[in-house]
Amino acid sequence: MPGIHFLAKLAMVFWVATASRAVAATLSPADIFLLNRATWGANEQGASEMATLGREKWLDQQLHPPESAHLPQAAQAQIDAMPISQHSMLDLVVELQARSKAVNAIKDPVEKQPAAAAYQAALTDTARQAASRHILRALYSPHQLREQMTWFWFNHFNVHQYKSDIRPMLADYEELTLRPHALGRFRDLLGATARHPAMLRYLDNAENYAGHINENFAREIMELHTMGVGSAYTQQDIQELARILTGDGITTRTDVPKLNPDHQSTYMRAGLFEFNPGRHDYGDKVFLGQTIKGSGAAELDQAMDIIARHPATIQRVAQKIAVFFLGATPSGPAVRAMQATWQKTDGDIASILSTLFHSEPITKPDLSAGRFKDPVHYVFSALRLAYGNRVILNTLPAQNWLNRLAQGLYNKETPDGYPAAEAAWNGPGQLAVRFEVARQIGSGGAGLFKPDVPGAVDQPGFPQLQNAYYFDRLRATLATSTRAALDRAISPQDWNTLFLASPDFMY
Amino acid sequence: MNRRDLIKAFATAGILTVGGRVWAAPATDARLLVVFLRGAYDAANVVIPTSSDFYYQSRPTLAVPRPNAADPKSAMALDADWGLHPALRASLGPLWERRQLAFIPFAGTDDTTRSHFETQDTIEMGQAIQGTRNYRSGFMGRLAGVLTQTRPIAFTDQLPLAFRGEGTIANIGINAVGKPGVDERQAKLIQSMYEGHRLGTSIAQGFQVRDDVARTIAEETDANRGAVSAKGLELSARRIGRLMREQFNLGFVDVGGWDTHVNQGGATGYLADRIGELGRGLAGFADEIGPAAWPDTVVVVISEFGRTFRENGDKGTDHGHGSVYWALGGGLKGGRMLGEQQTVTQANLFQNRDYKVLTDYRSIFAGLLTRMYGLSAAQLDQVFPGARPTDLGLI
Repeated sequence: MPGIHFLAKLAMVFWVATASRAVAATLSPADIFLLNRATWGANEQGASEMATLGREKWLDQQLHPPESAHLPQAAQAQIDAMPISQHSMLDLVVELQARSKAVNAIKDPVEKQPAAAAYQAALTDTARQAASRHILRALYSPHQLREQMTWFWFNHFNVHQYKSDIRPMLADYEELTLRPHALGRFRDLLGATARHPAMLRYLDNAENYAGHINENFAREIMELHTMGVGSAYTQQDIQELARILTGDGITTRTDVPKLNPDHQSTYMRAGLFEFNPGRHDYGDKVFLGQTIKGSGAAELDQAMDIIARHPATIQRVAQKIAVFFLGATPSGPAVRAMQATWQKTDGDIASILSTLFHSEPITKPDLSAGRFKDPVHYVFSALRLAYGNRVILNTLPAQNWLNRLAQGLYNKETPDGYPAAEAAWNGPGQLAVRFEVARQIGSGGAGLFKPDVPGAVDQPGFPQLQNAYYFDRLRATLATSTRAALDRAISPQDWNTLFLASPDFMY
Repeated sequence: MNRRDLIKAFATAGILTVGGRVWAAPATDARLLVVFLRGAYDAANVVIPTSSDFYYQSRPTLAVPRPNAADPKSAMALDADWGLHPALRASLGPLWERRQLAFIPFAGTDDTTRSHFETQDTIEMGQAIQGTRNYRSGFMGRLAGVLTQTRPIAFTDQLPLAFRGEGTIANIGINAVGKPGVDERQAKLIQSMYEGHRLGTSIAQGFQVRDDVARTIAEETDANRGAVSAKGLELSARRIGRLMREQFNLGFVDVGGWDTHVNQGGATGYLADRIGELGRGLAGFADEIGPAAWPDTVVVVISEFGRTFRENGDKGTDHGHGSVYWALGGGLKGGRMLGEQQTVTQANLFQNRDYKVLTDYRSIFAGLLTRMYGLSAAQLDQVFPGARPTDLGLI
């Protein structure tokens, strides 16, 4: 009878699990609340780290990740083997552009079609590698807070993978622009994203030059990256910022262009990025009431200094961070304290987060008020719970789940990024799809242990959700109706599906 | 007075219960589909002011040629002043001839932020910009609350703001419908875990719609009999047509990809391809919903704003103001350009940059809804508080 077999297995798992859990048991419910917010999802590994270090020390390490902590070797090795880890963005883009040229040179349509498809597949592969690296870090990095903030900032400074040739730029954008500043200064983040080729391509600034103004990027900097719509700027300010942004673009050229001698020395080049004085509007600008003298690339730095420190930016971005971690706008004092820290530290993100994590909504949490997980938290937390002690070998199933749940990595077409509001994710259709994903995650390895190489063998990888963390932490907190449904599970797969579908796991 | 009281107060016919909700007033066969072109489609290059020399001066690389029978890449004449983009000639031309299609130029909102997201929200909320707005309440959600015997649905991955509010509205990503893996027994167990939970209704509805849609799409596969089937947007639109013929009567769908800042093309090119796809989708919807239901159906195509009247430095257009809305339906008195109009000249531009808005989106919808559903003034005020209906004489 399958039921008996299933229960016998359960008992065995329980026995194995009891061995190594004494330490994590010392954590309070408020500690677990923090663990669930500061990481992509609580699991046994996170709990024992926190218990070993103590809450404050653990939090400090999340805010200031020590170099000594690493990804598990099995995850790091996968990342090291990726072409995006071995080639610069410039090299990737140059190579793919050459390939694109070669494809376009093919006259015969029968020959051209497969070559074009292969070129597209190569572009897409670079994005998949970046997504894969992102997922491995989200699941296994000890620096969970930095990983969450990397996702947060990508979403804040969103670019869409399928526009033009952005795909080979994603890895660099995430790794060298967002992650290093994810817990650093907001001003640095703003400046770095504004000159990244992925952003310049996405919001058309590569096409914005003197006499050919394209105000797309200027508008979204004001509206989405900093001050927010309805705050103290005008259409005129957008047009002035667009003029300031002229000349910032993308190039793969290998020589320095010949320019007006007055401006020759202001030519800038870093990898794919180029500031081309020949395309810049050198007139003076009046931006947010301040005159910015026409001087070249430095004008943008001046403009960024103004908007990064503008009260509207501080208020809006601090609140957005709070909502990301708490699910709803917390009471006034918490956000006000974050704003005060922002002012005091000139936008040091780790300090702002420290204020948030030491504010009442986190230190004295209302345990009954949950934060409904958006799809990315849902999928990552499920995988962290299921495979916290075993590194997955293929992230593609997880990438697909996120896409199915309409929150795919790098896949938000518009620059506003994915919404944080629960109402954006809990519609009937979305929940139905979420249960399908619960079933796929719960039913077996789902391909997570079949490396994405030809001839790979799928290794067994049953998701062991009834693990030490479950027995120590989760079981006692389950609602009666959830327990009743779990008791009626007819197999471990079924149990997993129901558990991941339960209201208890949605928050 | 709350909504429920209102419905009861206006109850004239018998009361019936559907899905636990109390419904009143006479039934209607009316069907409404709102199509939201997110990203601000370049209205001036789709419904073209062909009599305006200023248009041709303003768009040296983008302009679509004036109607010319000898040139398939020229606009199709709508009237003396307006022409339709040639990419719509085959799909929507016949509907125009049958007077089942009308355009409302100079339409839009009084939101001048030129922000996609802000203005989309404005439209979906359907509340006056002045004063406080409820950011969790959309006009279609309120409409579903006021109407009788309505089965609303959003054909979108995420429930749009337009449909948010007090009730729970179904949504389904129409592109990605597959055979459900969660079986009947699991679905029941899952629902049992959410009894009394605030997501309970949403989950029950999710399973219901999942099953209904899966059934409809299975029939579609049978009905195709191996013929080449539609793809992409047209496939989605045909599915929506079938679902709205059989099961749902108040729908919302959005189509993205209209934010054409760079190289948008003219008679051919990027925008032409997108608009052609949309035209085939709408014609496919009309075809699929069928001759019995089409006369009772109204499709309204909207977008958050128009684009700059002049082309920009990159053979594209930037964010503007006034747009052109579309109305389609088998029972319309269409084949006309509707609403207040002005000659298209530089002097008539808004801020010397964009089309003006002469007809507010709320009054357009308010007028349509009044005609379609016979809404009372009080009911209308629930849906579009403070809006004054404009009767365009479409229905």
